[in-house]
Amino acid sequence: MTSPVAALRQRSEEEAARLPALLARAEHLAGTVLLGEHGRRRSGLGDDFWQYRPMQQGDVLRDVDWRRSARSDTQFVREREWQIAQSVILWVDQAASMRFASNKSLGTKADRARTLAMAASILLIRGGERVGLTGFDLPPRRGQVQISRLAELLSMDQPDEYSEPEARGMLPQSRAIFFSDFLNDPAPVEAALTKAADRGVRGALVQILDPSEEEFPFDGRTIFQSVGGGMVHETLKAGDLRNRYLDRLAERKERLEHLSRLAGWQYTCHHTSESAQSALLWIYRAMDGTYG
Amino acid sequence: MTLFGIGFVTPWLLLTLLALPALWLILRAVPPAPIRRMFPGVVLLLGLKDDEQVSDRTPWWLLLLRMLAVAMLIVGLAGPILNPESDETAASDAPLLVVMDSSWASAATWRARMLALDGLLAQAARDDRRVALLQLTKPEQANFQTADDLSARLVGLSPAPWEPRPDAVDSALDLLPEGGFDTYWMSDGLERETRAPLLSALEDRGDVTVFQAGQTILGLAPARFEDGNIILTAVRAQTGSERDVTILAQGRDPSGNPAVLARATARFDPDAAMAETALSLPSELRARILGFEIEGNRSAGATTLPDDSLRRREVALVAGREDREGLQLLAPLHYLEKALDPSADLLDGNLMDMIPANPDVIALADVATLGDAEEDALLDWLDGGGILLRFAGPRLAASDISRDTEDPLMPVRLRSGGRSVGGAMSWGEPKSLAEFSEDSPFFGLAIPPDVTVSAQVMAQPDPALADRVIAQLSDGTPLVTRKKVGQGQIILFHVTANAEWSSLPLSGLFVQMLERLSIAAGSGAQPDAEDLEGTVWQPSIVLDGFGATSDGSTLPGVAGEDLVSAPLGPDLRPGVYQSQDRALARNVLEADATLTPANWPADIPVEGLVKSEETPLGGWLLAAAMLLLMADILASLFLSGRLSGPRATQAAALLLAALLMPGHAAQAQSDETEFALGATAEVTFAHVVTGNEDLDQRAQAGLRGLSETLFFRTSVEPADPMAVDLETDELAFFPFLYWPITPDQPTPSDEAYAKLNTYLRSGGMIMFDTRDADIARFGTGSPNGRKLQQLAAPLDIPPLEPIPEDHVLTRTFYLLQDFPGRHNSHDVWVEAAPPDAELVDGMPFRNLNDNVTPVIIGGNDWASAWAMDDRGNPIYPIGSGYSGERQREIAYRFGVNLVMHVLTGNYKSDQVHVPALLDRLGN
Repeated sequence: MTSPVAALRQRSEEEAARLPALLARAEHLAGTVLLGEHGRRRSGLGDDFWQYRPMQQGDVLRDVDWRRSARSDTQFVREREWQIAQSVILWVDQAASMRFASNKSLGTKADRARTLAMAASILLIRGGERVGLTGFDLPPRRGQVQISRLAELLSMDQPDEYSEPEARGMLPQSRAIFFSDFLNDPAPVEAALTKAADRGVRGALVQILDPSEEEFPFDGRTIFQSVGGGMVHETLKAGDLRNRYLDRLAERKERLEHLSRLAGWQYTCHHTSESAQSALLWIYRAMDGTYG
Repeated sequence: MTLFGIGFVTPWLLLTLLALPALWLILRAVPPAPIRRMFPGVVLLLGLKDDEQVSDRTPWWLLLLRMLAVAMLIVGLAGPILNPESDETAASDAPLLVVMDSSWASAATWRARMLALDGLLAQAARDDRRVALLQLTKPEQANFQTADDLSARLVGLSPAPWEPRPDAVDSALDLLPEGGFDTYWMSDGLERETRAPLLSALEDRGDVTVFQAGQTILGLAPARFEDGNIILTAVRAQTGSERDVTILAQGRDPSGNPAVLARATARFDPDAAMAETALSLPSELRARILGFEIEGNRSAGATTLPDDSLRRREVALVAGREDREGLQLLAPLHYLEKALDPSADLLDGNLMDMIPANPDVIALADVATLGDAEEDALLDWLDGGGILLRFAGPRLAASDISRDTEDPLMPVRLRSGGRSVGGAMSWGEPKSLAEFSEDSPFFGLAIPPDVTVSAQVMAQPDPALADRVIAQLSDGTPLVTRKKVGQGQIILFHVTANAEWSSLPLSGLFVQMLERLSIAAGSGAQPDAEDLEGTVWQPSIVLDGFGATSDGSTLPGVAGEDLVSAPLGPDLRPGVYQSQDRALARNVLEADATLTPANWPADIPVEGLVKSEETPLGGWLLAAAMLLLMADILASLFLSGRLSGPRATQAAALLLAALLMPGHAAQAQSDETEFALGATAEVTFAHVVTGNEDLDQRAQAGLRGLSETLFFRTSVEPADPMAVDLETDELAFFPFLYWPITPDQPTPSDEAYAKLNTYLRSGGMIMFDTRDADIARFGTGSPNGRKLQQLAAPLDIPPLEPIPEDHVLTRTFYLLQDFPGRHNSHDVWVEAAPPDAELVDGMPFRNLNDNVTPVIIGGNDWASAWAMDDRGNPIYPIGSGYSGERQREIAYRFGVNLVMHVLTGNYKSDQVHVPALLDRLGN
């Protein structure tokens, strides 16, 4: 017999055991991207040397770099690169629909989403950004502790069949990344994006799909059911549905892309059969602003 | 019931086939079972309708597959039978009488007959007919019973080794069951006179069907002995084609096990019913023959047993006087030789020389006295079963032998002098022979009137005399007396063996008497009834219908006249019969027997064995139905999309991998090839694996060091040395084997020694290293030395000597006089120079042997001196300081010289001839 306390302890041990794995995977993934601080490419307050420039009017004497100036006749001011720490907030779909893998060799979608989110967080925190979660559970902070807490929160499954993006708690002018399969009704996504756009939050939608969801390799009489079992659809000829399903999926992707364009967001679709690194690179570039 | 030539056991089951259309409709209406699949994308599917509102139908081909499977199941369960045995006999429901000849001629096809009979009974059981069985060779009251009861008895049926005798057929006529019945006659295929009356009697009662095997009936007539050959005659019933039959002589090998002693092939010409072949065997082998048989034909008729007529006894003839050259007809042994020559092998010579040959009979014609040694030898031989045949004569009559006391080599005591009747100087007529008494072995022989006796030796009256007389003269005086000694017997003819004293040797009676005494066993011809009159013969070996032999000693004896003339039957089985010392064979076929094929009236239907057999098809149909259902499983899986999942590709990949898995044999093969390639790609040295790990490593390192040294200093560039297991590895690849000795290494097996010897003879070199030169000298009893002696004893090693100063090893590369390893002992031994090698004036060296020495034996522990680690540093210390290094250097040099010697042979030795060659070329 296990006492409630022991059972809790056991559960929490199990949960805790997953954290390092997620962390390790994410660290590993993050290690593949070499990243510096987000240099702003202009002078400002920061730690790194940016350039020497001749002293102009208005410069305080304190800013003069005497060593450099002593080598020439004019005074030089040593400018530092302007660095700014951004807040990046993440939303990772933890619903049941993400806990699906069509093949044992592929990880579940949730797995991939968490790994990507954690890896991105690690990268960002290493880069000096503050990373948090939407909602009020984990506001953006920096530091190793934040990584652990992120991992902890990201490892929690939600019992819902499908979930809606959490749009609360977004800091104005921050960045956001939403990980989900976005198979549910797109209206909440639209609402969230609108809200984000209102607050000047820009970001990226990462749609994570299983290859079978992309290909629909089914045939014959089939009863499709959602992961939680709540939704059931029976068909007599699954093969006949393929084209219509694919149409609907394409339409969904189109809609997501359209929405994100409207809100000034980025959109990508990532499959669990592909390498996580490419998705991570894409996320990094999206945060970097390379894609605009 | 029969449909389209196929019979059914339970035809009513076929009605279920009518239900198939209904099944079709049902199956068509029921769609395939759905698969449950987890799929998050189901939200996108919600609301999508199937194009067709009708349920997904099972495709027609799948339906057809299933219908076919079900139909096969039904038909299979209905018990279909191809070629059912249902014909005109089936039309009748009268009782069935099965008449079987069951003679030896049906034995060869007995199995097929039993199968046919089994089929017949099965058919009768289906038709619910009652069946009775009548065997003509063993007629018994035939009672109708159910076919099942009868088929249980089939196992016990066997063919008789004789043919139906007329009296047996007559009694069979009386034993026929009452009422009308159909007859199924299983004929053996031979014509015989008794057939017609039985056939007409059976036809009166109902239909008769004859079953007859198409196979030719083969027989083997008794073997004859002619001109030193055994003549074997095979006969056959049907002629028309050329055919070879192999006749086997069965017997026992020297250790007593059954064996085929000889085989002969007889060829039937197309039109011939008889084929002869001759078999020439040494008498020793001939005596072991137990029977002849035709290969592949198990029947008593194809088996023949030999009797005395094939046995040739060895008779040693010794005469008392042979000094009367030129008077052949008076020679004491002349008539005996003539009488025995056709049927016995005669030995001639000194008595003491002949006894060890263990002849069956020794005939002493008028030999009176024998030496003590001869007497003892003869007595021993008699105890072992010999027959000593003595004839009287002037010498015996004149001698004192067996006068007062009975001589051990005489059956009776003799009166001195003998007697002479009817001669010129005596009264009375020459005496004739009296009739043979019943207990005499000669009983029944006719006595020609012209046989007279004019002189004889007389037996001393004695209480035992009456028992010992087996033939007497008309006046009651003994003519032939006999005494048993041990296993053997002594027989004395009271007359001479020639015609001097009587005319008996001139008559045919003499030969017959010798035959009866089994001395001249069977002069070729079979004895006739008269000859055997009054004798009783005990069967010793009898044949069954299949030609197998069994012990016949429990059977009652047979009168001699019956034995030759009466037809075979239950009371006269074919076999070997014995009477006293004689054996007579009664075979199924007589010497001049012919086989006549049966000829049935045209209105009798004759079936053969070749008719198509009843084949139940049920099992096949059921199996096919199962296969179809399997196919249905696959098709259903395919239709429902379960075959195309990721698992399916995995399974396929696994299957493919399993198919491509290479066999173990190929693996072993490639190991061997790899070893050979590794050993032959470059010059490779090898050391013998001793099982001592440290020593093996040391040897390996030593050879590696030597290889390195060679690589740097010479044009020999060896590959890494190898370790060689004498038991398993091929040695021929290596020019040089290093064999360190340790007392605990295992001794190689005989095969390994054979391999080593081949290696040494074909130019390989083994260097034995006892590694103990610091403590022991060569040849002393150190443990390693003793082990070396033990190991090398089976090796083919030439004479050895310590390396002479002018040995080619001293100059193949470096000029050396020492051959140190880790120790520096001069005791290094190589093949000795030929003794005639001499130092020629002006030559620095002797002209030595041309060979590479096959062995080098020493104890200097060279491997340790040569040993290098991977970086080329010496591993083991040698001596101390500079002198130690110098010794190592010399050791390397010796190694180089050694390898040069191995690889180039006596090239350097031949160099001495160079000046002479150059000189010659210059001129």
